[in-house]
Amino acid sequence: MALELYRIDDRLIHGQVVVGWGQPLDLRFIVLVDDEVAASDWEQELYRMGVPPDMEVYFDTVTGAAENLSRYQDDERRGLLLTGDIDTMTRLVDATGDIRRVNVGGIHHKPGRTQRLRYVFLNPAEEAQLRGLEGRGLEVSAQDVPAARPVPLDELLTGNGS
Amino acid sequence: MSNIRALVAGHGTFAEGMLSAVEQITGRSDLFIGVTNRDLSAQGVEQLMRERLATSGATVIFTDLPAGSCTMAARRIQREQSAIAVVTGVNLATLLDYAFHADNGDVSAVEHAADKGRASLVVTGGSRGA
Repeated sequence: MALELYRIDDRLIHGQVVVGWGQPLDLRFIVLVDDEVAASDWEQELYRMGVPPDMEVYFDTVTGAAENLSRYQDDERRGLLLTGDIDTMTRLVDATGDIRRVNVGGIHHKPGRTQRLRYVFLNPAEEAQLRGLEGRGLEVSAQDVPAARPVPLDELLTGNGS
Repeated sequence: MSNIRALVAGHGTFAEGMLSAVEQITGRSDLFIGVTNRDLSAQGVEQLMRERLATSGATVIFTDLPAGSCTMAARRIQREQSAIAVVTGVNLATLLDYAFHADNGDVSAVEHAADKGRASLVVTGGSRGA
């Protein structure tokens, strides 16, 4: 499978994604799934400027990514699919039924959220969405960088930020 | 009046370490203010950088990594404030040069510093595998 990681990260394309995961996994493309970014040439240019020339970036809406997912999965190159929030990943999972594993890479502080890990803050609705993904058979874990230990969902949701 | 001319923004303690070295070598770390993106969302990084710019009057942002969230935030700010100069991939040589030319007060000091930073990357020795 060409898509090595399905990641939720509210920073979208940034250092951990491009370098932290990109180099050890030898990633050659990123699929950024975000309805707003997919509608903005300026946002797309901003994110393209952040990646090396040998890494391609595809911008898709949730609907577009669902239609294109099998093509990304069949790509000979290694890739990473990225959403900025749990809701977008959930909608993509619902639309495709073809995602087995989700990486929670970074969801940062906002009012109403409780800190679960240093880099994961969740509100009750988001926690329920992650439980829902697990209930549909997906393996859900939190891991910011490859060298870190993947934290299973049960442990994540009982965490206190330490 | 603040002496601050530039933000240094990056991952972890990048800015802190860089400014410590600038202070040790030139005594002019007062020209800079550091920002870390640690534990912040993209919006949080941008908000912090906007606050630092507003309170300091800095007109230059030095960032560590082209793909980094500090660089993304800097470019978003630059979209609205075109007078802000953004330099990515900064190293110590860049900041040292800027420290000596910042009083010029224009973009030439930034361009000169970027040239110095590029020129400081040199490989010596080592061997290639058979």
